[in-house]
Amino acid sequence: MTDTIEKKVLLAHIHEPGYDTLEGYERFGGYKSLAKALREMDPEQVLEQLQASGLRGRGGAGFAMGKKASFIPRGAMDKYLCCNADESEPGAFKDRLLMQKAPHQLVEGCIIGSIAAGATKAFIFIRGEYSLQADILDRAVEEAYAAGYLGERILDTDFSLDLVVHRGAGAYICGEESALLDALEGKRGNPRLKPPFPANQGLYQGPTLINNVETLSNVPLIIERGGDWFASLGTEKSPGTKIVSVSGNVQRPGNYEIELGIPARELVHGLAGGPPEGRRIKCWFPGGSSSPVLLEEHLDLPYDFETMAQAGSMLGSGSIIVVDDSIPIVSVALRLAQFYRHESCGKCVPCREGTGWTVKTLQRIDRGEATPMDLEIMAQVQQNIIGNCLCVLGDSMAMPIGSMVKHFRDEFEQHITRARASADRVEIEALGADDLASVAEAGPAV
Amino acid sequence: MSLSGERPLPPGWDLPVDTERDPALVPDASAVEVPPELRAEIEQRMAKYPEHRSAALPALAAAQKLHGWCSPQAIDQVAAVMRVTPAYLSSVATFYDMFRTEPTGPHYVYVCTGVACHLRAAKTVFDAVEAEAERSGYDEAEIREFECLGACDMAPMASVDGRYVGPLEEGDAAELVAALREGRDVLPGRGLEDEGYELPWGSEA
Repeated sequence: MTDTIEKKVLLAHIHEPGYDTLEGYERFGGYKSLAKALREMDPEQVLEQLQASGLRGRGGAGFAMGKKASFIPRGAMDKYLCCNADESEPGAFKDRLLMQKAPHQLVEGCIIGSIAAGATKAFIFIRGEYSLQADILDRAVEEAYAAGYLGERILDTDFSLDLVVHRGAGAYICGEESALLDALEGKRGNPRLKPPFPANQGLYQGPTLINNVETLSNVPLIIERGGDWFASLGTEKSPGTKIVSVSGNVQRPGNYEIELGIPARELVHGLAGGPPEGRRIKCWFPGGSSSPVLLEEHLDLPYDFETMAQAGSMLGSGSIIVVDDSIPIVSVALRLAQFYRHESCGKCVPCREGTGWTVKTLQRIDRGEATPMDLEIMAQVQQNIIGNCLCVLGDSMAMPIGSMVKHFRDEFEQHITRARASADRVEIEALGADDLASVAEAGPAV
Repeated sequence: MSLSGERPLPPGWDLPVDTERDPALVPDASAVEVPPELRAEIEQRMAKYPEHRSAALPALAAAQKLHGWCSPQAIDQVAAVMRVTPAYLSSVATFYDMFRTEPTGPHYVYVCTGVACHLRAAKTVFDAVEAEAERSGYDEAEIREFECLGACDMAPMASVDGRYVGPLEEGDAAELVAALREGRDVLPGRGLEDEGYELPWGSEA
């Protein structure tokens, strides 16, 4: 069947009974990497392995994790590690699986990441909606404390670490790293001006390393098997395996772990079963709802960071959403814009107003109140958002909407014409006989 | 509130602001009665962070669990324990979707209508649940559309009091509302946390 394309490394053991408990995790070598990192390596060597692995952040930006950790200043001061588990990007659900089935893998990754960063306090910021996963993590952290993997003098070394699972309360913006820090400090989740970057001045003004769940879950494996092993997977610039969430109009939505660089078609058609019977793929988001859409012809491209960027999109968090030809593109654009309008924190004007105007324009298009000129106005709004805000939430709407208008301009224009015609018809039908007579008398409108 | 339509302005938005009155200060700890278990939970939370304000989100969540919503009384109690102003906590409570700033029933049903669920006709599921609740006069739950809940593999899906159920169909609405009303398990076997839960097509969940 399709087993050959999948390469289960992170997900290798998740179906083993009890893998979400400490006992089950230790049965498969759990916390051996932590012992190795603490007893046989110094923090610099841990950092070296992370850099050698070439592991790129799995949260969206794809920034090299080892490099990010190396930006944390040396010396004695309060430093922090934050795991970003606020997975809220429409289309992404890989972290949910990792936290539910392999919580100790993440906890161990957080501890080793803290060693590399020199952090003494670590937080897992999990979105409030994931209450099941947060409960599981709470239990895992408790078990790790009881076993001496967390707390004072871990494994009888000089290293001490506290780990707190912090639940959010429902805000997409908190996945943005500086907004996450504000939320963790107990405030409204508004992004901060950068620089200074969190590596220098983050949580409580201290240097902070922020990494995604999947990124940190890879860390124990890298320490166990070496950075070179990780680098040998995937492609040269996009090493490792990746859990890809495939959703939307496919026959088998789900999480699939693959080596980066396989053709996207293998994922969408092979693993996820392709679009429903008799349907064709209209477009697909390669990296969550924030990524510009690609067309069916792009499915043969290798699925990795570089190629997706060259094709004018991005790999992002690795979440493929497939749209089939039964869905009007205007409805996708509208739904997307509504999401970003709802989630805009309101701090920067271009994003707050721009997302609202985009929704209004798309609603006008859908209601038959728009003219083709509205497409130009909408494009201008997008241009005024991109690059003009503290964070990229607005850009995340502007780019996919822009790509939809670019690829499907004909459909947008047809939608405008058809919706106008049907709106006119409704209006005429609503008129009484006297009105119709006066309309006829006045002659055709110019 | 409808995501697709215009949002109505909150009641009282056009009332004049009383500028004569000073904003509320940090409540006098002895003047506000706080249920002991709520106080204990908030204090335990505050101790976990280098700065106690970090506990604002978990503290409000605990107060909401007790009071059903972030009522002025709930906010006062949290403010008294955390030594912050009620205004500060209101600013936080109004920012996050999961904090309720109006009283609703003890239950909630968040029907995900995010873009991936939208592609699989989530709106019809939401409409069906809402219509069923209205038809049967059930008002014990906050039923609303919710942005992506991170379960696009289960699409269309809903979070019923935090329990993820899916994939849903229009036809599930009657049973969902009936189970909530009668206090039964909602759609047993179809929750992500249920023993042996599997997606109908067998992929990883």
